[in-house]
Amino acid sequence: MMRRALKAALQKPELAAGLLLLMMIVIFQIRSDGAFLSQANLRGVAGFLPEMALVAVGVTLLMICGEFDLSVGSVFAFAPMTMAVLMTFGWSFWPAFAAGLVACAFLGLLNGWITIRFAIPSFITTLGMLFMARSLTVVISGGFPPRLKVDAIPSELFVGFFGPGQIFRASFLWFLAIAVLIGLLLGRTNFGNWVRATGGFLPAAQALGIPTARVKIACFMICSVLAGFAGIIQVLRLGSPLPSLGEGLELQAVAAAVIGGASLQGGIGSILGGVIGALLIRTIDNGMVLSQVDSNWFKFAVGALTIFAVVGNAWLRKRGRAMKVEA
Amino acid sequence: MAGEQPIISVRGLHKWYSGVHALKGIDLDFRRDEAVGLVGDNGAGKSTLISILSGLVRPDEGQVIVEGEVVNMRGPRDAMNLGIETIYQYNSMVPNMSIARNLFIGREPLKWSLGGIGWLDQSRMSAESVEAIANVDLHLRSPEALVGELSGGQRQGVAIARAMHFKSKVMILDEPTNHLSVKETNKVIGFVRGLSAQNITGIFISHNMHHVFACCDRVVAMALGKVVLDKPVAETSIDEVQDVL
Repeated sequence: MMRRALKAALQKPELAAGLLLLMMIVIFQIRSDGAFLSQANLRGVAGFLPEMALVAVGVTLLMICGEFDLSVGSVFAFAPMTMAVLMTFGWSFWPAFAAGLVACAFLGLLNGWITIRFAIPSFITTLGMLFMARSLTVVISGGFPPRLKVDAIPSELFVGFFGPGQIFRASFLWFLAIAVLIGLLLGRTNFGNWVRATGGFLPAAQALGIPTARVKIACFMICSVLAGFAGIIQVLRLGSPLPSLGEGLELQAVAAAVIGGASLQGGIGSILGGVIGALLIRTIDNGMVLSQVDSNWFKFAVGALTIFAVVGNAWLRKRGRAMKVEA
Repeated sequence: MAGEQPIISVRGLHKWYSGVHALKGIDLDFRRDEAVGLVGDNGAGKSTLISILSGLVRPDEGQVIVEGEVVNMRGPRDAMNLGIETIYQYNSMVPNMSIARNLFIGREPLKWSLGGIGWLDQSRMSAESVEAIANVDLHLRSPEALVGELSGGQRQGVAIARAMHFKSKVMILDEPTNHLSVKETNKVIGFVRGLSAQNITGIFISHNMHHVFACCDRVVAMALGKVVLDKPVAETSIDEVQDVL
């Protein structure tokens, strides 16, 4: 029984990242003389985390479904820009907010439809969309960012502080709720079963009558909407929609998903893994600053971590698989 | 008479694949509770025929008649709903998913649902998969084991358990004995032989003539997109079948 439990644990996709995260927290806590786990610092980490982590959750879901999205960084900027521009036309916040998300859903639909209809790799489709959505964002901004009418926006609902010692931003709650929701969707519903089957072995899913095209398109759309929502949160936090927001975010989100155990081939991964991956990246960013390491090493660390986590994951999974228990 | 109505008939089936004439007018009846062996070389049209019967491919011409009704299957789900289950050589299972999950892909029992998406009834899935596996005399410890960890024979067994669990009327087995050990092969052959007792029509595709003759009532040989022989096993021999191929 112990062996069986151990075997199952070793094959958990998020194991390596979880262990690394614990390690990093201990190291940074020691190196920063206890500043890392201080309330003030946790407040900062929890404030930034949701923006990238929401994108990572969407990308993870899509990767489990066997597809890939490079356009999330551009969509991240496109949603708040759409919202801000509509508001300068006199729209009130909620319709403009909804329109921003609907526009993202449409981009996701386009990503999915083109990928499937023309049977091309989503890497290519979404690389194209990365440029197109970024360009659209600049075009609709008219070249300079519109000013957000801050008093017309219930920003409190998205980025206000609350809780004991004002430790959390509302965005953290949004993120938690959405991550749990997507996690349940993947793990506890028939749709989640189809996502895993579609990404795990497409011919079998098709032979069993799963509407694989629709499943994939739905995942593309969820991924885009989450990226757009994350972008809106960031803009509400910063107070101004810049057309350059989210540049490079797509790769961080993919890194988070991969660090968390998602496989590029699809079928393997977990939402919790994506969240741990995002948390790990944020932890390293923050912990390096606190330990007074030159911040130019941040990208190096993320890169090294990505490779290390994937190698570690593969090794653990292999060890897990090799463990003999009776089938 | 209803008793003599074939469970599946095909009439004048034609299929072209980008210029290749894969099926050239197939007429065939599958009678109730009969085990039919479908043999032929690669490219003879066996795969195309079963792809049509399992709803994966649509014929360019001709009719598929199931229990007396002309059907227009638009996907594998339509075939499954008609009681036709296909067990493919490779494509039946998702290796990274558990046995319980695999058994119910596309037909998950739900506690509640909204617009077709709903909450899995996991306790039912796990209880029913234990039962389904036991019913085909397969001994697996846990329905939570990943299919990727099973042997070829065990996987085939799980696929059969799935078809049985969903009460299929027609079971199509595509090369089920490939890559199996002798012991596992004998088990599959015994299973096909037992189908008629359970009121299931079996369509058994194989390269191995001995396997077909060991478990089928009738043998249908195909060559170059046509049926070239269709006889009860008792009235023909391996040599005769091999001569026409």
